[in-house]
Amino acid sequence: MAERRFEVSRLPGFASVAIAVFVLLYLPILTLVVFSFNSGPSVAVWEGWSLHWYADAWNNEAVKGATARSLIIATCASAIATTVATMAALGTTRRAAFGGQTFIYVVINQPLMVPEIVTAVALLILFGVVKQATGYQGLGYLILAHAAFCTPFAYLPIRARLEGMDLSLETAATDLYANPWQTFRHVTLPLLAPGIAAGAMLAFVISLDDVVITEFVKSGGQDTLPTYMLGQMRRAITPEVNAISTALLGLTVILLTLFFILTRKKN
Amino acid sequence: MSPAEQSQRRKSSRNGWLLSAPALSLLFLAASGPLLIVLVYSFLTPGQYGNVIWEFSLDGWVGILFTRDIFDGTMNLADAHLTIFWRSVKLSLMTTALTFALGFPTAWFIATRPPAQRAMWLFLITIPFWTNLLIRTFAINEVIRNEGLMNTVLISLGLISEPIRLINTDTAVFIGMAYVYLPLMVLPLFAAIDRFDMKLLEAGYDLYASRLQVLRHVILPIVKPGIIAGSILVFVPSLGAYVTPRVLGGGKNMMIGNFIELQFGQGRNWPLGAALSMALLLIVMAALLIYVRASTKGSNPHG
Amino acid sequence: MKRTLTALAFLAATTSLAQAEGVLNLYNWGNYTGPDLLAKFEAETGIKVTVTDYDSNDTALAKIEAGGHGFDLVVPSTNYVPIFVQKGLAVELDMAKLPNHANIAPEWMDVAWDPGRTHSVPWQWGSIGMSVNTAVYTGDINTSAIFLDVPDELKGKINVVPEMTDVVNLAVMYVGGEPCTEDTEVLKKARDVLLAAKPHWISMDYGATEKLANNDWAASVNWNGSSMRARLANDTVAHGYPKEGYPIFMDSVMLLADAQNVEEAYTFMNFIMEPENAAMISAFARYNNGIAGSEAFMPEDMKTAPEVVTPEEHQAAGVFLPTCSPTAQQYMTAIWTELLK
Repeated sequence: MAERRFEVSRLPGFASVAIAVFVLLYLPILTLVVFSFNSGPSVAVWEGWSLHWYADAWNNEAVKGATARSLIIATCASAIATTVATMAALGTTRRAAFGGQTFIYVVINQPLMVPEIVTAVALLILFGVVKQATGYQGLGYLILAHAAFCTPFAYLPIRARLEGMDLSLETAATDLYANPWQTFRHVTLPLLAPGIAAGAMLAFVISLDDVVITEFVKSGGQDTLPTYMLGQMRRAITPEVNAISTALLGLTVILLTLFFILTRKKN
Repeated sequence: MSPAEQSQRRKSSRNGWLLSAPALSLLFLAASGPLLIVLVYSFLTPGQYGNVIWEFSLDGWVGILFTRDIFDGTMNLADAHLTIFWRSVKLSLMTTALTFALGFPTAWFIATRPPAQRAMWLFLITIPFWTNLLIRTFAINEVIRNEGLMNTVLISLGLISEPIRLINTDTAVFIGMAYVYLPLMVLPLFAAIDRFDMKLLEAGYDLYASRLQVLRHVILPIVKPGIIAGSILVFVPSLGAYVTPRVLGGGKNMMIGNFIELQFGQGRNWPLGAALSMALLLIVMAALLIYVRASTKGSNPHG
Repeated sequence: MKRTLTALAFLAATTSLAQAEGVLNLYNWGNYTGPDLLAKFEAETGIKVTVTDYDSNDTALAKIEAGGHGFDLVVPSTNYVPIFVQKGLAVELDMAKLPNHANIAPEWMDVAWDPGRTHSVPWQWGSIGMSVNTAVYTGDINTSAIFLDVPDELKGKINVVPEMTDVVNLAVMYVGGEPCTEDTEVLKKARDVLLAAKPHWISMDYGATEKLANNDWAASVNWNGSSMRARLANDTVAHGYPKEGYPIFMDSVMLLADAQNVEEAYTFMNFIMEPENAAMISAFARYNNGIAGSEAFMPEDMKTAPEVVTPEEHQAAGVFLPTCSPTAQQYMTAIWTELLK
């Protein structure tokens, strides 16, 4: 039977499609990186190599501030969203159906169902009143709004992981430890980790990319990178943002490489 | 049902609510709750320069399906609204299909890497999305331009002699949408595929005759939750998308997202915008429920 | 969660600090405020300016109306200035605090939308016209026929900016009407002209500077400043001023009724009406400003640019778009919906 052995990694054509997807995914990123070194003021007309957009971005307080703000908001919002989404996913799967399950499902996914502008206008009106009443105009509103619309993006992958997950391990663990928290911590959570990672990553990039809701919720001095870019749209977008994006990409890649080297050594 | 079973059930239901409570409160505070304002606005009268006047009116809701002809004053079916709606639905369906066709093999590929490598591949999928949507869309445009990377390479390889004109075509929008929404399909699929023991597959392969049968009878049922999650995450948000269609398609035709935005912007008809979005919400919600019900029917959801 | 709360508390504390002396919150169009101008202002006055961007007049209006925004100054376009005044969102200016108010050029002083400039001071002005690559099309470019009766050479190569008010009013003026008209006969003609022309447009998008420079487009309905930047990159691009009539806009600085840094706001408004500083604004965003005497400080390539200094023979065709009535706005929206459906 040896030659009939099923090699799961080799479903015909799957690997080639996957590799093609990765290549296509990075092609535009390549042009983005290249244009960050453009000496001219354009993201489309090449005029020669230069580093001056990096210098410009570094010296531009508005761009630096917007980048930092985007990262802070995305980190806080995705952390909150992933936490509440994980809890909700545990609450709505793998138990006997209960009244209100559909209701919970619909409410959690509701932010997906209306165009952003609608949530944006609603939040503008609500937060306008709250801001005037409390006098607080900080980043909290943006974090709250982002956490809310990121929740379904974290919830669905985690739920997909949980649904149909084998219960026998947990049952066995409960028999041994007899403590639900320990069972969760040592059995359920590790099993769930890939789903949580997928959900958290999605929530993070969704928050990082948001324009419309941010535009309507932000107070003075709270531009994020996307709203900064949106403001440039009618005029011309300069390679400054390419430079920032490239720097961010570079930083991510370095951090990830370090992380993998370190964890590999540990193992 | 015995009293013990009943109390077990009640406990389970109570825990379900308790665990969902933080998410529900967050959403009531900053998403669904505020939408009630929009619901109220849909029954009011448009203000002179945007906003609303607090006078009850059904014009917003009537305006979804009927418009008064500005030239002869007759009420007609709003065919423009239906055209725009249908265009958005069609694009979303096509986007979902393409992201699935590309995303499933990709997610499969990632899930079958050695465990230590999986996280790296996952990051490789999301890293392009750390760059801003606008700049990413411009970059796609740069690749597919007549004088762009794609055509230059193809011409220099001698594969084509004339540049393929993709820019500002429906194909460009379609490709761009699939690009933008790909991780929303890949990540939930990965979460579902990665879950099960690959040895099961090998056993399955011994039972069934061909790979295709394994795919149908073993793999698909197990990854179904991932497919459901992925297609919701792609289909529903892409209904409201408009940055990608505009930059790549040239913006000559509105999507439902633009149309609603127009009402809150220069159109200065907030009640119509509010009514349109409430109607959209109801339609999508109904479709979602039917879809989830139909696709989970017959399978055992609580493993 | 605890950590998040601490972070929130920290953020709350830092934002309230930002309300201290010597700061100013400017709410302006994106990429419209040069960093060098702000640096000079801070060096001279010690006031730190925070700029927040918007991308449409309607967004700015909606946000300011909702309250709690924290802005001191806003820079709406011509036809939005009266709305801000009428809604009581912007206040009348105290002329005693604006000695440089006298620097406003006479033609920009008594404008219909703010007679005597009691509520607004100039930031920049420009117009919408036709950017055409003269290597592709050699005919008359000073006409809206460029996009409404597209010449064969430009068919499938012309872009139209997706600006409802500007595009519909260009068409209305092209068929002989007045901007913001409520005359349905005129509107019908304008609609028909637009619908007939649309199949010849390649797109309705922004980004004309780039796409004219790299030959993706051969023409575009475009702002004059963008035309100039396209010409600097591609010298066959020229700017046409439609003789049938074209809209002029001026973005003006207004003081908000709920501003918290009023003194700083006056200092800033006075500062930007200094000719040398007004020229700095123009040098950054490439539009003219409306301050007498600023010409002397303008960059060389702008002093004589036909896009910036409207040639004498084309001046008469320029019109300020009035604040359209709700009815007129409804008509425009209906036409726009039909055009883009």
